[in-house]
This record gives sequence, C-alpha cells and structure tokens, in this order.
Amino acid sequence: MSKLRIRNLLNKNGLTLAALVIAYAVVGILVYTNHASRQMSNMLISISAYIVMAVSLNLVVGLLGELSLGHAGFMSVGLFSGCLLSIALSGGLPLALRLPLSMLVGGLVAAVFGFIIGLPALRLKGDYLAIVTLACGEIIKNLITNLKFTGGALGLNTGSIYSNTKDLLPFAFVLVLITVIVMMNLKSSRYGRAIMAIRDNRIAAESTGINVTYFKLIVFMIAAFFAGAAGCLYGHSFANVKPATFDYNMSIEILVIVVLGGMGSVRGSIIAAILLQMLPEVLRDFSDFRMLAYSVLLIAIMLLNASPRFAELKGRISLPNLFRFLTRKPSRKEASADE
Amino acid sequence: MSSPKPRIPDSPLVPYPSGAYVPERDVKEIPVLETHHLGIDFGGLTAVDDFSLTIGKTEIAGLIGPNGAGKTTVFNLLTNVYTPTRGSIMINGFSSAGKTTAQVNKMGIARTFQNIRLFSNMSVLDNVRVGLHNATKENLVAAITHGFGYRKAERQSKQAALDLLNIFALEQLADVPAGSLPYGAQRRLEIVRALATQPKILLLDEPAAGMNPSETQELMENIRKIRDTFGIAIMLIEHDMNLVMGICEGICVLDYGKIIAKGTPEDIKSNPTVIEAYLGRKGAKKDDA
Repeated sequence: MSKLRIRNLLNKNGLTLAALVIAYAVVGILVYTNHASRQMSNMLISISAYIVMAVSLNLVVGLLGELSLGHAGFMSVGLFSGCLLSIALSGGLPLALRLPLSMLVGGLVAAVFGFIIGLPALRLKGDYLAIVTLACGEIIKNLITNLKFTGGALGLNTGSIYSNTKDLLPFAFVLVLITVIVMMNLKSSRYGRAIMAIRDNRIAAESTGINVTYFKLIVFMIAAFFAGAAGCLYGHSFANVKPATFDYNMSIEILVIVVLGGMGSVRGSIIAAILLQMLPEVLRDFSDFRMLAYSVLLIAIMLLNASPRFAELKGRISLPNLFRFLTRKPSRKEASADE
Repeated sequence: MSSPKPRIPDSPLVPYPSGAYVPERDVKEIPVLETHHLGIDFGGLTAVDDFSLTIGKTEIAGLIGPNGAGKTTVFNLLTNVYTPTRGSIMINGFSSAGKTTAQVNKMGIARTFQNIRLFSNMSVLDNVRVGLHNATKENLVAAITHGFGYRKAERQSKQAALDLLNIFALEQLADVPAGSLPYGAQRRLEIVRALATQPKILLLDEPAAGMNPSETQELMENIRKIRDTFGIAIMLIEHDMNLVMGICEGICVLDYGKIIAKGTPEDIKSNPTVIEAYLGRKGAKKDDA
C-alpha cells in the first residue's frame, strides 16, 4: 500500500517541487556561505530566468501545440519596462519591494504585448504562426533598439539597479516556484483540458463549446507575462543590457530547451534549462559551436521522439519504474537460481 | 440520469401550423431545430439548396442520401462551421446567425464526426470533461491556484463524466488514452462527449460506420435510450437502412443538395423518387443510348 503511494508520488508534481526546493536550498547555502565559485553564482540567475522562460514557452508549444518563435521578444519587453521602472524607483524603494513590483509591471506589459500580437497572429496556424511570432520578436528588438529612452543600440545602463546573486537569488527562487506551480495547476484544470483539447483537435474542441480564440489568447498572455517577469529579473543581474541579445537565436535556444525537456513536461523543461545553461560553461573552449550543437541536438531529439523504440525505452527508465525495479521482490526464477 | 425514465412512446407524425411534420407528442413544443430555405454555394457549386426542415423536441430524425448528396455539409451548416449563403437556422426558437461554432454548441447543438475527432492524447475521462467544460464552474484564479472551489468543481465534473461514461459502459476505460480505444468505443466516446455539453439536439454523423450488425443493434438501443433519458432530439446521417428505418420517426432524403423526400420510414421506402436516387431510373440506360 505504502509502496503504491510512493510510486504515485514519484509520478506527481510534488516530487518536482520538492526537488526544486532542495536544489535551491543547496545552492543557497553554497552562495550565502561563500562556497560557490564566482562563475557558478553568476550563472544562477540566468538559469532561473531560463527555467521560467522554458516552462512558460512550454505552455504555448507543449500544451497549446502552437509554435511560437518570439518568446525572447516578450522577455525583452518585460526586461526594459521592468528595469526602467526599477531605475526610476531605485532612489526611494529598497530592492525587496522594487524588484517584485518591477517584475509584476514588466510581466503585465509583456502580457499586454502578448495580447496585441496574439489577437491577429493567433488566427493563423502552424508554420504561419511561427513565422509571424518570429517577425514580431524581431520587430520588438528593432523597436527597442531605435527608442531613445531604452538606450538605443548601446543598451540600457542598468548599473544603478544591478544586484548580485546573493540579493537576487530569493526572488529568482520565488519566481521559478510560482511559474512552476501555475503551469502544473493550469495543466490539471478546466482551462488546461480545454487548451489540450484545442491542441488535439481544434474542430472538435470548437464544436464541444470551447472558445478557441479566447483560450489561445489566455495561453499567449500567461506565457508572455512570465517571460516578461523573467526578463526583468534577468536585467537586474547585468550592469548593461543590449536589445540585440534578445533576437531569434535566443527564442530558438528556449525552444530547444522545451523540445529537449519534452513537450508539455514541466519537469523536463526545468532539467533541460539547467543542462543547456551549464553546458556552454563546461564546454567554454568550443563556444563557437554552441548554436551548431543546438541545431544538431534539436534534429536528434525530433528523430528520436518519432521512434517508437525510443519511446518504449523512455517508458522503461521512468522514475516509477526505477522505483519498482529497486523495491521488487526477487521472482521465483531468480530466487531458485540463488539457491 | 441515475433513475431509468419511462420510454417515450412512438407517436404518428402530425403537421405543425407551419406545415412541417413532427411527432404528435412534440407538436405543442417549440421545435428544437428549424431551417428555412438553407443553402450554401462553394464558388459556383451549390452544395446545399433550399433545405427546410423542422425537428420536434424529442424526435429521432434521419438524414439520408447517396454519397456526395451534401449530408455532412448540412451538419456543418447547422453547427456554423460553414456560414450559410442563404436561409436561416432557428435553434429552440432562436436564430443562430452570426454565432461561432462554440456559441452554437452553447445554444444546444452537439455533434459527432464522420471521421472520428477525439482528443486522442487525453484520457477517456478528460475527453468527457472537456465536454463538460461550460458546465464546470471554475474560474481562471481557481485553475491557477487550485483553490477557491477548484476541488469541488473538479469532483463534480469527474462524477458527472463517470455517470455519462456509464451509459455507454465506458467507465472501466476512464484512464485509457482516447486514441488507443478500439474503433467502436471511440465512436461511443464521441457520443458521450457530445452529450456532456448538455445539448438539446444531438447530430450523429454516421454513428454505425464500421460496426457489425450486433454492434449496430446495440447502438440503436443506445440512441433510443439517450433520447428517452435526456428527452432530447437526435438527428442522424446513416447509410445503414436497417438502423435508419428502425429508429427514425421522420426521414429526410437529400440528393444533389436538395431535399427530394420527407416523411415516415414507410413513406420513404415506397417513394419512387427516393428509389430512383439510390438505384437509378428504370430503363435509364436505354434512354441514354
């Protein structure tokens, strides 16, 4: 009985959350006791931001089944609006109030952009939507580059609001936790079912009384909101941010994380985000080949995922099965062999 | 749902003041579906023309006709998948002009598809719960936080879904992905999902396609059972004449997008125009030559 309960727990979201809390606790201890290397602690905020980006993009790509290639655009909208607010408030408010507020505002502004772009774009499907989102991401990038108050091509000077990892880590942790919880909850709700129904069969979903446009917009806006909030956090970890950083390469990078982690899998996105952010640091000597490695990886995963034998293998090495394997009683055959 | 309701008795077709024929028991009720001179053109091709039909509140109606006659197009018009070029549709006395497919569903039309369209990656239970979507009281805040009445709403929708699955003996398969169900079960699940939207009229597009005679017999019983339990109207497209003649009270025959006959199964069976549409005119070959 208890064995069954543990097995169920391994399947459930609780494990992901627990692992996340433990991971952040361990990292936190390392950082605050000054045991973390400078290189590692510098990476923590960007990893956190990428986790939020990947999990939120997974809502669009994995759950809704629409390919969006403009996620970095929403991130930069949130970054610049949030950071501008933070700079304006940096004289009066302490970081503990300023950062959550600017993350919220950055997220909301990104959500508004998500709405504006989504309203016309979401009438399109598949490849066409991907192209339009890609274009919108580029438009946002060029817009920010050409605006005066965002610092233009030289970038926004965020020196006055720059904070180190020690200050930002708690906020990063809370943002990741909220994002993960929201995505997990949404998936197992009336809304999540409607979204997945649209993914599986749009025509059937429509004739089952689901307002497809409404749900697509909701998904787009929620994903943009979290991307914006993550962007604002990301901006606080640099002394200068250039709009050119958030081009389609970054959008593709996030998409690679989602695909590598598995469509619709929150846990997978987290693991893949951590892996793909650490990899360039580990393979620093080969940094020129990073984007090449991404594309090869993307192709390899697509090919593997289409193969039934790989799916079977994946099913066999799942956590619950591993647990079953570790706790199983030796079968009669093996027992007699032991004798 | 839980207590078996008495069978709705068969009754003869009688005319409405408008001249349309409906079963006698429905004559005092507002017709669940009324179309007037409905038509659609695709470019220069008239797919459906002058389609006027009235369906009573608890009627089982059949829509038959040779392949390509425009039967599925009629279903697509009724559910506003296609926008009619001409004519009007009244659902329960309200016009459905300008509504979206989702809104038409809320007005009371649910349908199944000729080529099954299930949410194949989702479980059987979740397929039905999608059908219960508009009946589930759960707002976005509840969905995101899993609080504010989330648990109660989920419990209710799960129970309602299981009750519905029970009718078609699918509750054992509740956790199976819908895509891995056998063909017959997929067809039944589609009907359950449509019923979950609490329709006033259920449109079934070839429900017996691919079924053997005993499965078809079971389906006939089930269609009657649905009508009797929910007190709704059912309109079906079907090529299996045993099924159509066995359960339909009113039949409408379509050929080349036009209604060529309307009436009781007996009328239709002996109607020379219908026989001609299906089998060709006597001595036609000789005439052509």
